[in-house]
Amino acid sequence: MHKRRLVLLAVLAVFSVAAFLTLGLRGNLAFVLQIRAVKLLALVQVAVSVALSTVLFQTVTANRILTPSIMGLDALYLFGQALLVFLLGGLGYAAIGGGWKFAAEVLIMIALAAVLLRPLLTARLDMSLLLLTGVTIGLLFRSLSQLLFRLLDPNAFAVVQAASFANFNALRADLTIIGSVVTFAAASLCWHQRYRLDVVALGREAAIGLGIDWLRTAALLLLIVALLVAVSTALVGPVAFFGLLVAALAERILGTRRHAVLLPAAALVAIILLVGGQAIFQHLLGSTSTLGVVIEFAGGIAFLLLLYLGSRT
Amino acid sequence: MILIEDLSLAHGGTPILRDINLTIDRGGIVALVGPNGAGKSSLLSLIARLRPLQTGRVVIDGLPVTTTPGPELARRMAILRQDGVFAGRLTVRELVGLGRFPHSQGRSTPQDRARVEEALAQFGVADLAERFLETLSGGQRQRALVAMTFCQGTDYLLLDEPLNNLDMFHARHLMQSLRRMADEEERTAIIVLHDINQAAAYADRIIAMRDGRVVADGTPQDVLTPDTLAEIFGYRMQVTQIGGKPLVLHHL
Repeated sequence: MHKRRLVLLAVLAVFSVAAFLTLGLRGNLAFVLQIRAVKLLALVQVAVSVALSTVLFQTVTANRILTPSIMGLDALYLFGQALLVFLLGGLGYAAIGGGWKFAAEVLIMIALAAVLLRPLLTARLDMSLLLLTGVTIGLLFRSLSQLLFRLLDPNAFAVVQAASFANFNALRADLTIIGSVVTFAAASLCWHQRYRLDVVALGREAAIGLGIDWLRTAALLLLIVALLVAVSTALVGPVAFFGLLVAALAERILGTRRHAVLLPAAALVAIILLVGGQAIFQHLLGSTSTLGVVIEFAGGIAFLLLLYLGSRT
Repeated sequence: MILIEDLSLAHGGTPILRDINLTIDRGGIVALVGPNGAGKSSLLSLIARLRPLQTGRVVIDGLPVTTTPGPELARRMAILRQDGVFAGRLTVRELVGLGRFPHSQGRSTPQDRARVEEALAQFGVADLAERFLETLSGGQRQRALVAMTFCQGTDYLLLDEPLNNLDMFHARHLMQSLRRMADEEERTAIIVLHDINQAAAYADRIIAMRDGRVVADGTPQDVLTPDTLAEIFGYRMQVTQIGGKPLVLHHL
């Protein structure tokens, strides 16, 4: 049953990709296709990184309502960005290469995440406490970023502002290659560890009982999550509920949390929603900026539904 | 053999375990009894390396728990905790199958699958095998978890109140399974029990704890006397004998 549904998802994903590439083609075909292909690569990579980071995060925290963005991880990344602009100035920031910028932002983010997520590794935290912590961390770092923005001169401000909103149209092509490498490496690592992830999902104590070196495994997984969040945030900006929507849908459709099935399913669902959605919005409806809003709306509803269903059991 | 030397544990300045020294030989059922807050669960989680040791040493078959790699220990010792696991969309068969992880790292062999079916049948969850954990009652879920712990196929089983949520039929069945495992395969179960009469009927050795100390240690006949019981639980109770086993009338 799982296999058939996975194949179905794969077919839908291929269909979305084809639609994105071919709908409404006009003018110089080679030129348009090339532009679309680069954009497609970026979208696929964002979809996969959001899906993987959410599933991994839910696995480590043994909780299927949490996502990296609910825990404020993307706020950390944006704060790193703001901090970098603040320290280097708008011109200095614009002067260094995309790759170096990204590396510095990721380093700042991982250093912050390591401090903030440490309690997750060692203790079993209560769900409401986790949510509260996440909201607070997110708020704190968004506010700190705001503070930095106020201290910036207007030119430098324009540089960061562009990066602080989810935008599936203005993709940063320069980061696509780095992002693809990171995402591909993370995906193959996850696939290699798919059975171990099933054990990790049982929670800290059961996992240790089954021979998992918890501290090392959980730290490694959170590091991967942080990298993936950085990649997707760098490319399109923060997306709050997309990951949650994707993970919840994949789990519903496949009816299992086994990672051998859930990981590919979540990635495929994300590609279908993002690439398919973008194809429809960009090429059929003509309006170009609303996909982010629609996805966040649906994701927000999924979040509320999960909270509601979770509170009944 | 499990060797516990000079084990102490404190939590925020409050001592939980004080100077525990125990040797538990292979083969048999050891029951840990005592009032709430005596430190039974803490002792079990220290043996199972779920918590870092503060002072003292725990050695399983010559392997110190602090330095031995996790998978190596997981093939010798399985633990079932009271608070269970995160039960998402996982079927009972998938859960029980995870018990084979230390042996097969997830790439299950036909032999692993046979062990899973055996455990499912043994704990009466074979007909629930395709159900999701989240749809089960507390007792059914407990049986699934016990089946997973058995399926790990280790010489030592640490069970923290495994009879929780179980009805009389399944509680008796679990104790009988443990007894058979101890007698026929020379495996060892260390089990936290609140039902003192289950301990009286099935255990080879009872270790009684109070305030983080071992206050009595011996066969059921030695430990389950009115005087010792009063020392452990703080009130006197009658003890009679039925079929050569002590029966504690603790509820009167």
